[in-house]
Amino acid sequence: MTSNSYSSATEHAHEPQLRGLKRWLLTTNHKEIGTLYLIFSLTMFFIGGTMALVIRAELFQPGLQLVQPEFFNQMTTMHGLIMVFGAVMPAFVGLANWMVPLQIGAPDMALPRLNNFSFWLLPLAFSLLLSSLFMEGGGPNFGWTFYAPLSTTYAPPSTNFFILSIHLAGISSILGAINIIATILNMRTPAMKLMDMPLFVWTWLITAFLLLAVMPVLAGVVTMMLLDINFGTSFFNAAGGGDPVLFQHLFWFFGHPEVYIMILPAFGIASMIVPAFARKRLFGYRSMVYATASIAILSFVVWAHHMFTVGLPLAAQLFFMYATMLIAVPTGVKVFNWVATLFHGSISFEVPMLFTLAFIVQFTIGGLSGVMLAIVPADYQYHDTYFVVAHFHYVLVPGAVFAIIAGVYYWLPKWTGYYPDETLGRWHFWLSVIGVNLTFFPMHFSGLAGMPRRIPDYALQFADFNLLSSLGGFLFGLSQLLLVWVVVRCVRGGKPAPDNPWEGAEGLEWTVPSPAPLHTFSTPPEFIPERDSPSRA
Amino acid sequence: MNSLSLRTQQQGIRRTLWWLLLMLCGSVAFTVALVPLYDVFCELTGINGKGVNSAQVLQSTGIDQQRNVEVQMVTRTAAGMNWHFSATLSHKAVHPGEIHQMWFRMQNLGRTTGRARAVPSISPAEASNYFLKLECFCFNDQQLAAGEVLEVPVVFQIRSDLPEDLHRLTLAYTLYPQTGP
Repeated sequence: MTSNSYSSATEHAHEPQLRGLKRWLLTTNHKEIGTLYLIFSLTMFFIGGTMALVIRAELFQPGLQLVQPEFFNQMTTMHGLIMVFGAVMPAFVGLANWMVPLQIGAPDMALPRLNNFSFWLLPLAFSLLLSSLFMEGGGPNFGWTFYAPLSTTYAPPSTNFFILSIHLAGISSILGAINIIATILNMRTPAMKLMDMPLFVWTWLITAFLLLAVMPVLAGVVTMMLLDINFGTSFFNAAGGGDPVLFQHLFWFFGHPEVYIMILPAFGIASMIVPAFARKRLFGYRSMVYATASIAILSFVVWAHHMFTVGLPLAAQLFFMYATMLIAVPTGVKVFNWVATLFHGSISFEVPMLFTLAFIVQFTIGGLSGVMLAIVPADYQYHDTYFVVAHFHYVLVPGAVFAIIAGVYYWLPKWTGYYPDETLGRWHFWLSVIGVNLTFFPMHFSGLAGMPRRIPDYALQFADFNLLSSLGGFLFGLSQLLLVWVVVRCVRGGKPAPDNPWEGAEGLEWTVPSPAPLHTFSTPPEFIPERDSPSRA
Repeated sequence: MNSLSLRTQQQGIRRTLWWLLLMLCGSVAFTVALVPLYDVFCELTGINGKGVNSAQVLQSTGIDQQRNVEVQMVTRTAAGMNWHFSATLSHKAVHPGEIHQMWFRMQNLGRTTGRARAVPSISPAEASNYFLKLECFCFNDQQLAAGEVLEVPVVFQIRSDLPEDLHRLTLAYTLYPQTGP
């Protein structure tokens, strides 16, 4: 190649380095934008986490102690919205920004300016959302699922701000997804076929297609709410010929694929880390790819299992029950795949591996309670109880969030050039595992005993389980401060990391120096499938 | 990477982008279409229990004298509505195929003229396609002056091919205030 042709085509890479705020505001570099996403997501994780602690503090004992029920409802709603749209999703996008170009040997994302735009929409969206807490009538208080008519007829005046912020976050996700697909499909290093890609890249490719398919549905739902509230339409209003159940169908048609948007990249991270620390290739690369694709396709035909109790016809209930249970098959393929990879491996237990192993066990617990919830007659009993809360927190916190943390520990040496502190990391891990299980495991029991979700007060017989949950919640929440400390220390210094800091790790990201320089792979790296592909024979 | 392959890559990105935008338009169009699709689906299958919102044609399939089906009438007014609304008869046994008339009474208890519309719902929902409304006050808005009383009818027929396992239908009307033209 000639250096001239390269620099003319990737002009953005050679602009003079900006300093200070402008550098971050105007950056088009995938690593800097990835860092911004991760910092944003961590901030939101703490804001949403603080709200969770307000909830747990109020539920520490029966009766109303700290907050009014109206504010409690705002806390549950905002906690859900912020964790889903502000913490988990941006964290995965941040990891994708950092790692996808490095893993496929690309110099940057396909559309760097768009990348900048999709990030900066997020702080705007969430400042708007958070500002609604201070408005007259309070912020959103209708639950993160914002069912009509709670979110239309009976909603606080600030709901229009909520709708706008969901729109902005949705646009950000769609643009991010477009960018990731365009990068993966066009910018892989020449010899890398689709079936040679690392699994994190594969899972993100499929996730991006899911985003593209269902984010418009979410946008459509909130637009209909906007019209119902402000322009006298009756999409969800029975008085005008509409149907509130339509809202639930539309919401969950978005909502169920959204659930997999938040877990598929976690599967990808686990599929990178398990082979690295078991010092063995993944047991079944192809089956992992096909299982991911099957889960994505099935996610479109199971939405009504969230609404078994609205009065669906028997045939529909049976269909959605069986379709939901079918998802356990590809998910099982994944879990057994990881277990088979561990089998006969020479395993070492560094912090990323600890978090990944905990992810596998705890995600499986969440998956199994999901199968319980899929059984229609059982769901009639569990619906809207703390059992549901336990289920989705098990897949999201000890599941997705643990996988994100594992990914952070795994790739931190590449980002900063230093190993994260192993001792602190272990403390962080054990406190998190104990805290998270103490928080969410008792919720299974309070739910089975009949405690409804989204209430600020409860009957006396639930007091002990709630006390345990609250103690666990504070332990888990506070121990996340350790994560911040580990990251800050790791940025400042520590044990220097070589290019490949993990003995068994494979992939192009480990061929660049640690810390990764701002510009990598300006010439596509050598990739010999017989030697480098994760699917090689 | 030479300039030629870089250009191919840029073209590839552009092509992918067009496909993705097309896909995005597809998802948006699908979202917009979901609402009418839902209505059509519900009307065909009757699964949301709404039934048809205009006068239906009498079915002359004969009367099944052997079968008795109980029809229950349930009325309610929307929250905050100052009207009285009741059925003159709470339930009635009918033979499938027969034509019946039921009366409902509404009174405006407020001090101003108001307009309202009753929205029907039939349960179990699977019966809604067998419940034919030949005439119904729910097809139109009702306007009542302060204190005015109005008795309104519904004329219905239950199709004689009503599934065997259905013995009782509930016809529920909810009265909603109407504003605007």
